[in-house]
Amino acid sequence: MSKGISGLFTKKVSDFATPYTLGAAVRKGDLGTRLSLVVCGAGNMLHRQVGKGILFLLVEAAYIWFMIRSGIYNISMLPSLGWLEQEEVWNEAKGIFEYTAGHQSILILLYGVVTIFLTAMFVVFWRGCLKSAYKAQCLQAEGKHVPGLREDIRELFNSNLQKLLMTVPLLGIVAFTVLPLIFMISMAFTNYSKLGDHLVLFDWVGLANFKKVLSFSDSIGQTFWGVLGWTIVWAVCATAFNYILGMILAIVINRKGTRCKAFWRFCFMLSVAIPQFVSLLIIRTMFNQDGIVNMMLKQWGLISSSLPFFSNATWARIMVILINLWVGIPYTMMQATGILQNIPQELYESARVDGAGPVVTFFKITLPYMMFVMTPYLITQFTGNVNNFNVIYLLSGGNPTPVGSTAGKTDLLVTWLYKLTVDQQYYNLGAVIGILTFVVLAIVALVTYHNTGSYKDEEGFQ
Amino acid sequence: MKKEGASVKTRRFVSNTVVHIVLAALAILWLFPIFWVVMKSFSTDIGPYTTRFWPSELTLNNYKRLFTDTTVLNFPRMFMNTLIVAIFSCLISTFMTLSVSYCMSRLRFKLRKPFMNLAMILTLFPGFMSMVAIYYILRALGLSEGAMIRVALVMVYSGGAGLGFYVAKGFFDTIPKALDEAALLDGATNWQVFTKITMPLSKPIIVYTVLTSFMGPWTDFIFAKVICRANADYYTVAIGLWRMLEKEYITKWFTSFAAGAVLISIPISILFLVTQKFYADGLSGAVKG
Repeated sequence: MSKGISGLFTKKVSDFATPYTLGAAVRKGDLGTRLSLVVCGAGNMLHRQVGKGILFLLVEAAYIWFMIRSGIYNISMLPSLGWLEQEEVWNEAKGIFEYTAGHQSILILLYGVVTIFLTAMFVVFWRGCLKSAYKAQCLQAEGKHVPGLREDIRELFNSNLQKLLMTVPLLGIVAFTVLPLIFMISMAFTNYSKLGDHLVLFDWVGLANFKKVLSFSDSIGQTFWGVLGWTIVWAVCATAFNYILGMILAIVINRKGTRCKAFWRFCFMLSVAIPQFVSLLIIRTMFNQDGIVNMMLKQWGLISSSLPFFSNATWARIMVILINLWVGIPYTMMQATGILQNIPQELYESARVDGAGPVVTFFKITLPYMMFVMTPYLITQFTGNVNNFNVIYLLSGGNPTPVGSTAGKTDLLVTWLYKLTVDQQYYNLGAVIGILTFVVLAIVALVTYHNTGSYKDEEGFQ
Repeated sequence: MKKEGASVKTRRFVSNTVVHIVLAALAILWLFPIFWVVMKSFSTDIGPYTTRFWPSELTLNNYKRLFTDTTVLNFPRMFMNTLIVAIFSCLISTFMTLSVSYCMSRLRFKLRKPFMNLAMILTLFPGFMSMVAIYYILRALGLSEGAMIRVALVMVYSGGAGLGFYVAKGFFDTIPKALDEAALLDGATNWQVFTKITMPLSKPIIVYTVLTSFMGPWTDFIFAKVICRANADYYTVAIGLWRMLEKEYITKWFTSFAAGAVLISIPISILFLVTQKFYADGLSGAVKG
């Protein structure tokens, strides 16, 4: 169903070339096929595919019914986003104030976006109908068998299995990922915000929000560059340390001399097994101003006053990176352990025969192998860390926050986004931050992902 | 010759000892917070900020209170809410993830590459950037009030499952294609290959997918908070535990929080550790190199 969107990224793939194209259907179609331009399914009905034709027609009827009922109105409201304010009207007869229903811009925007979505889907569907009609026409003209509805359904389990299996997941993705995202992106171009009291009625403002966030003179803009800088530092540190230390841990546990391998793995795995938000909340409480760590350090006489774990900017930044190691190293260890055990032992044996020592085998065999397999993992870790809401929000909450600022010293772009939308209700600025986060990640991912072996050589493993 | 052997032996002994000591120190560091919260859950000192590490007395009252004191925070109800939501979203997302992974790994069709690119692009957006938008969509669908909140949660947790196909696809990729081809030559349909050949060979990844999707609702508090808002009747465990640490509750509820944390962590950890082998296999592939 998301063909409309994903179609944007389609390149010409000769593997799936078909003679039944839209152009051919219009040029060479007979009466039935051309009738399908207006009446979906007409061509199929005229070419012995009655059941299919009726189904197509029903879909078209439903779409037209929807457009007449509300679709056209929804789209017509989209440019203005509504203007009618809710008003109090004195009702003489009842002797009370009554409220007239005003426009709600957010709903107008939502319904408008949904209508555009449905229309795009309908266009894809309409193209499909036309092609299907043309195909039926060609098959009949060539004297070949024209498959009926029952055969089409049977093919859903064989050559068209992807249609059967992918439709529901795609619908889910469209409804709960793509649609909300586009809805949210469109908010970035409006003044939907508590600022200036635009929570009920708002208007399109073009790129004004982007200018505001990216400018160096505005206070929001200054905050943005600071937060962006810290986000990148955080993501690089968190990813690199987790990867290196996790791999070292896996290798140390996996080396020949280490006893009770399973026990050590169990110890570290336990912290992964516990829900992350529970362990993070626990750790936050432990490192609180009056928490157990400060108390114990005081009792042992190591410090006289509490350490400012989360109240001093530098401390807080170092703490979140360290605690993220606690969370992340076991993950890397698990991943790396599986891969280490998968390295073909023949490689090591032949290396030993050739007289290679442990250091050489590590740099010549273990490391290249791990890098090859784990590069996609590293990229997902990096993007995961840029978007690592849990660790920051649960540990420091973005604090310490300078007075008057909307973002704290440990806030990442995502936690700042959360604060801007949920706490401050600056929905438009939040949407801009989201888009900019995406831009940062897209650049990183495009540069690295397309250079990795496992993307280029996807079929190499099979 | 013998002497050299002995020195190698001592060196090995020393390095082994060092490794074990370091591992032990790290293990203590990793287990300390877990141990502390378990101690706290049995402690009689109610507040979080006590000077003692070892509680003065051990008690089961915190657990009892969690299930009996339902006046402020109704934990048993939250538990049931989460269980229901978790079971349904786990079923739906497992089905979705495995279907999409299989299609991506085994079938070749026109929209395959575009879909993979789209999925990669979508994962780059901050997950809950669309949170506010999702809330409005659910409201427009009439799912934001009353018992429908559970449906809304299930839909939110499983809706995007089709995008999480990377791990399972990687697993399916390692199952030799020759098996499929042989079956197809014998006249099997793609559906039969999927259900009769691929699925039975994929137990590790099925377990992995089931586990991760079952755990989602227990650990998410962001979406749950936005969708439930003030409807305390439909709170999930995660919101409940989160609230226990809020300023107005923490002094009285901290040990209950500890008890609740232990209670929900135990089943999840057991599930996780028992299936740990599957888990590692699922990440590294069915057929060992």
